[in-house]
Amino acid sequence: MKLITAIIKPFKLDDVKSALQAFGITGMTVSEASGFGRQRGHTEVYRGAEYTVDLVPKVRLEVLVDSPEADAVIDVIVKAASTGSIGDGKVWSTPVDHVVRVRTGERGVDAI
Amino acid sequence: MHFDTGDTAWILVASALVLLMTPGLAFFYGGMVRGKNVLGMLAQNFVTMGIVSVLWITGVYSLAFNGKGKWIGDLHQFGLNHIWQQATGFEALTIPPLVFCAFQLMFAIITPALITGGSADRMKFSAWIIFSALWLVIVYAPVAHWVFSPSGWLFKLGAEDFAGGTVVHANAGAAALALVLVLGKRKGWPKERMRPHNVPFVLLGAGLLWFGWFGFNAGSALGANTLSAFAFVNTNTATGAALLAWILTEKIRDGHATTLGAASGAVAGLVAITPACGFVSPMGSIAIGIAAGVICCLATGLKTKLGFDDALDVVGVHLIGGIAGALLIGFFGTKLTNSAGANGLFYKGGSTLLQHQAVAVLAVVAYSFIVTYILAKVLDLIMGLRISEEDEVAGLDLSQHAETAYENSSFSDGSRFITSQQSAK
Repeated sequence: MKLITAIIKPFKLDDVKSALQAFGITGMTVSEASGFGRQRGHTEVYRGAEYTVDLVPKVRLEVLVDSPEADAVIDVIVKAASTGSIGDGKVWSTPVDHVVRVRTGERGVDAI
Repeated sequence: MHFDTGDTAWILVASALVLLMTPGLAFFYGGMVRGKNVLGMLAQNFVTMGIVSVLWITGVYSLAFNGKGKWIGDLHQFGLNHIWQQATGFEALTIPPLVFCAFQLMFAIITPALITGGSADRMKFSAWIIFSALWLVIVYAPVAHWVFSPSGWLFKLGAEDFAGGTVVHANAGAAALALVLVLGKRKGWPKERMRPHNVPFVLLGAGLLWFGWFGFNAGSALGANTLSAFAFVNTNTATGAALLAWILTEKIRDGHATTLGAASGAVAGLVAITPACGFVSPMGSIAIGIAAGVICCLATGLKTKLGFDDALDVVGVHLIGGIAGALLIGFFGTKLTNSAGANGLFYKGGSTLLQHQAVAVLAVVAYSFIVTYILAKVLDLIMGLRISEEDEVAGLDLSQHAETAYENSSFSDGSRFITSQQSAK
């Protein structure tokens, strides 16, 4: 099993969510995040004084999948989240040892 | 005494309008401070409404407006004794003396409140209460007497101040500079990020100020007549011109016209037209507004260059704007607007009026700065003006009032998103 984590632009969340649902993904976790990559932050000016805002708002999206599906799911996310401009985000996957569905106690792929 | 009901009704309404300026100012300033200090700012302004309301009626009104003294009034109307008599020199007023007293009270409230923008984020609430009460008596009362009372030496000299450009704005601006020098810089300034936490509040406050200022300026005609109409239109026109001039200056200098700049420009225009609104023509008010917008926008950079932490630009907007407005009467003053006024340089009046204006500005600014500096120093020695470093980090809201304005207040100053502030241009 894999945990796929995607950091994307907030306005792309709906597109990514729809694409994942169309692919057949049944669940996900979304949280607000802030950070920077190569695009760095932005500059604000108040009464002539400049402020560099390093961390920009992002959305963090997490999906648990069965290992063979991981590459396909990553492709779906990348395709839906892409705008082609700097700051589109990143997607990565990490191995997962155990998954348990709290209600039933099912384990492993059955719990996804 | 003959009272005109129309005049009386207007000045009662105008008084209420001027009172609303102080909560407006509180939001104008409150939006510009960090989220952990917003209640502290609102509280300092609100408590000033309480302090001055009580002191003014008790004795300060009499000290400012009654009596024949050149330098200061007397206590003939202490506790509003003899309030059925008009203040000395105001015998021709067509409104009851108590209405005049109430109207002037509202000016006395907002003047010390203006100072809080300079001392923001680092003054003890208790120290502010003592400071503002004493400042009202030893700085505001004499300065108001010099300029507003027909017995005062600057009034007699022929200096013109229709609604308080020197008495209110230059006075408060000079006092803020003195207080800021005694208090010292905010922890971290100017390196650390101190971004306005709520610009919409700033706009809300500026809007309330603009609205209330009609009472301030048009009410200063002390009647409902053509002169009050001139003051009304001049106020609105100069404010619009200053708003445009400020954002145009920003656009050229910084690349963007900002909402904070629009609010600041409007306030700068209101400040500059205050002394002039009853002495100049509407076209003159456009010139004054443009001058105020450009000059004040540039003046807000002074604090970073010179290194005094005037947190919310009381010097840049109120001191500089008040001085500019007072001096520009010397150029744009015209008897066509006010037959009791004088002609300025541009109306074949020569430089006499400009000289009188310069004397008034110098006298008020020097007196206010020196006396405020001494007052602040003495209070600092006796009780300490400044909160502890630990309290400053926690914020005024929590340390002074045991409250927070927002959930997760520590986040709402935006500081976790900002890592550096570059120097002002």
